[in-house]
Amino acid sequence: MQEVNNIVNGQKLFLKDEYQEVFKNKKQFESNTGSVNPAKVDEVQEWTKSWDYREKNMAREAITVNPAKACQPLGAIMVGLGFENTMPYVHGSHGCVAYFRSYFTKHFKEPTPCVSDSMSESAAVFGGKSNMTDGLRNCNAMYKPEMISVSTTCMAEVIGDDLNAFTLGAVEEAEGELDNTKITYAHTPSFVGSHITGYDNMMKSTLEQLNPPKSEKVIDEGRINIIPGFEPYLGSLKEVKEICASFSDKIVMIGDHEDQWNTGAGEYSLYAGGTPLDVAGTAINAETTISLQKYSTIQTAKTIKNKWKQGFEICNPIGLAGTDEFVMKLAELTGKEVPESLKTQRAQLVDAMQDSYPYMHGKKFAIYGDPDFLLGLVSFIVEMGGIPTHVLCNNAPKKGWEADMQAIIDKSDWSEDCNIWPSKDLWHLRSLLFTEPVDFLIGNVYGKELYRDTKIPLIRIGFPIFDRHHLHRYSISGYKGCLNLLTWITNAVLDQLDEETKDIGETDYFFDAVR
Amino acid sequence: MGNEELEALQQEAIQEVLEVYPAKAAKNRAKHLGVDTPEGVKGACDKTRSNKQTVPGVMSQRGCAYAGSKGVVWGPVKDMIHISHGPIGCGQYSRAGRRNYYIGTTGVDTFVTMNFTTDFSEKDIVFGGDTKLKKALKEIDELFPLNNGITIQSECPIGLIGDDIQAVAKVHKKESDKPTVAVSCEGFRGVSQSLGHHIANDTIRDEVMPDTSARQNFESTPYDVAILGDYNIGGDAWSTRLILEEMGLRVISQYTGDATYKEMTMAPKAKLNLLHCYRSVNYITRHMEQEFGIPWLEYNFFGPSKTTESIRKIAEFFGSEIQEKAEAVIAKYTKMTDEVIAKYKSKLEGKKVMLYVGGLRPRHVIGAYEDLGMEVIGTGYEFGHGDDYKRTKEDIGNSTLIYDDVNEYELEKFVQKLKPDLVASGVKEKYVFQKMGLPFRQMHSWDYSGPYHGYDAFAIFAKDMDLAMNSPVWSHTKAPWEKGE
Repeated sequence: MQEVNNIVNGQKLFLKDEYQEVFKNKKQFESNTGSVNPAKVDEVQEWTKSWDYREKNMAREAITVNPAKACQPLGAIMVGLGFENTMPYVHGSHGCVAYFRSYFTKHFKEPTPCVSDSMSESAAVFGGKSNMTDGLRNCNAMYKPEMISVSTTCMAEVIGDDLNAFTLGAVEEAEGELDNTKITYAHTPSFVGSHITGYDNMMKSTLEQLNPPKSEKVIDEGRINIIPGFEPYLGSLKEVKEICASFSDKIVMIGDHEDQWNTGAGEYSLYAGGTPLDVAGTAINAETTISLQKYSTIQTAKTIKNKWKQGFEICNPIGLAGTDEFVMKLAELTGKEVPESLKTQRAQLVDAMQDSYPYMHGKKFAIYGDPDFLLGLVSFIVEMGGIPTHVLCNNAPKKGWEADMQAIIDKSDWSEDCNIWPSKDLWHLRSLLFTEPVDFLIGNVYGKELYRDTKIPLIRIGFPIFDRHHLHRYSISGYKGCLNLLTWITNAVLDQLDEETKDIGETDYFFDAVR
Repeated sequence: MGNEELEALQQEAIQEVLEVYPAKAAKNRAKHLGVDTPEGVKGACDKTRSNKQTVPGVMSQRGCAYAGSKGVVWGPVKDMIHISHGPIGCGQYSRAGRRNYYIGTTGVDTFVTMNFTTDFSEKDIVFGGDTKLKKALKEIDELFPLNNGITIQSECPIGLIGDDIQAVAKVHKKESDKPTVAVSCEGFRGVSQSLGHHIANDTIRDEVMPDTSARQNFESTPYDVAILGDYNIGGDAWSTRLILEEMGLRVISQYTGDATYKEMTMAPKAKLNLLHCYRSVNYITRHMEQEFGIPWLEYNFFGPSKTTESIRKIAEFFGSEIQEKAEAVIAKYTKMTDEVIAKYKSKLEGKKVMLYVGGLRPRHVIGAYEDLGMEVIGTGYEFGHGDDYKRTKEDIGNSTLIYDDVNEYELEKFVQKLKPDLVASGVKEKYVFQKMGLPFRQMHSWDYSGPYHGYDAFAIFAKDMDLAMNSPVWSHTKAPWEKGE
């Protein structure tokens, strides 16, 4: 029973004798093997760690187990929230939107505005036109957006709803109410690609639909657009903008969701920050657009390069080399010297890397996440002398990514020991970790169960992270962001070292006060 | 504030939110909003329109049929594997988010927090997904040999592309000799997660109940009960089970929180079915009543008043021997809960609460707040039906704003108008209200605490509410240089 002066929640409550008795009583009615034949569980558990299991597991073709990716509309919503006073609108079932909103909210610990038009059986039969007609009007009346950013769920895609016709029709029937609201839309079928594909499709459509045709393009000298990609680290957005501002005030971010998920206490505001629509609507006039995520902007790049005939560059400012390239690209495009402030930041970062290198050097890492995130993180691990033993990308693009990753790994002295695993999931990774273990695992919250099973410490870097607070506020891009990566990884190595040397009289001769 | 004054304010709040809508939507929403008082007749609890299509274009908090089946009813059954059949998203967003606690070796003999999905590509949409599903079932049996069955949880496209998952399941059941249940819970079906509960219940009726293998040679006792509709969020069913066992009852089946397949098949052996979440399991309970003659009883284990009331109701069914033990249990725990109340009530008394949740909580938790001297002034259901609202009438303690399928806009306005001291709802709402400087508790996940069912759990509930209401962090919102109120 609870003691009133020491009330405990489930964590410790269920350890009390009376609850242990409850568990015992329950077992007699249960059918899971652990209750019926515990030895069998041990046997199968051991087998799941074997090479035999690994071979069978890696041969899977039909069932995905514990994936590390999400679906298109999620990325589309991030795009929408990157523009000023914009309401993301999902044409489909409200169940999807409940999932998208809670997914982002659990990561950012912030509200995530997004509406749906609640399609159901009748829409499945007759199409979702009437949902769109009512939905856009209601959304506009309640949330007074400047722009509504429409994406689709797999339901709308399977029945083949025509977004162009539907949005035009909705505007016509709205008795003028929608005349001053911009409506952008993109098809974002969940059965193609992943959340980064949705980001790409929505960004491409938004830019195409907000901008005039190429014939009306007026080059704005010195203007550079930055597209951040699916960026879960708000601090990265901030740092990238700071770097850009140190070169020129004509560098603008297109799709800037930093403020939306970082509002202060005091009052709630539905919309916060974002790229102003007049800035987004003149993106075509820039001299160059730089994408910070190659594989989140494959289609967007085509619009910019081929339709707009604009300069298009790809940088990935995660890690030292990636940031150097970004900074040099900005210097080249603006015709300016690298500012002193960045030179200092770089020197400080390298100094820190030289302070800490013994702890990452030669350590084996397994890492998983989105394709561009991995290119940056693996590059950093290699720069530090770490070994990226397993690099796993569930949503690896079919073209180019593996070669890009191999080129980074080839810079490592241990490149022969490194493996790239495109299109594999986290249950595959479990087998890899048991058969070819590593020292540390880097990834999102879903690595938690791998940590539990393999005891390999998880360093939480990626998306989503639900079970640690405020990491998304930091930067992982630029020199300062790279210093954050260095700090997190080095200190995780040191925490583990303390963990392994804390046994009194056994291992604690190595429990050093100075590391 | 007097009850009449409160009622006037609540009526005013409704009129104000309706003003923003275009005429068609305003007309619709008006029917879902109302006010009721304990004394009133034909108030909102009788009249509120519910279980209807959500107005398009709003930020509804509702989920879908898949969420009701995979997320709520089937998902927690621990020794079965539940496939999210279709595109990648649904399984990922619903993975390990509901805190359905269970004991087992995850990935070996239990699978609740994992995500199994057929991860549809365009090819599967165009040519159908049955072939992939067949293969997926085989792969699961090879790699997870201790699974005690598989359920196929349909995502939206399945019902639209003409797949025959029933046929695939039937073949696999025959070949593997393990339960294989095809659930047509496509997200577009119905208006909320509620239809998903119903569909899931129907599949339990058709695919689980007929399995009598565990019922043969089963040694019954006169005191066998089943707990239905407790999803063991944060361990709720365990803290419930302890009380029932101490009363002298034997819990032979508990589902679906921490449930195993066998327990589900044994429910028809119970002398009494105990229903926690009426909304999500009333269907299977009524079936068992008709088919096996098992009576059922709804209980409420939130807060000592309601817990005690429920214990007496349950004990009455079994007669004097159990009643005697029940009184001993009540006496033993009431001493503790009285101390809990003595400790916290003075810090919480008179505070006003607004609720917005699903299932049974919009009414069932009112008593727990009242035990702490708090008043609930607004409540509503995400996916309730008329019978839920009718049952709510018994639980309201003062003039109460009733809102069905309330959206973010309305809830925000209602809170601004009624100025409660605490909002208790879900994660999507949490940070909206915290930013306004309002204490907030998640009442789906117990905000990562709990359990909240039973006497021991009430101590946790009280402590958590005190933590939420009386934390110093709320006093920091205004900077010292700010003037005014």
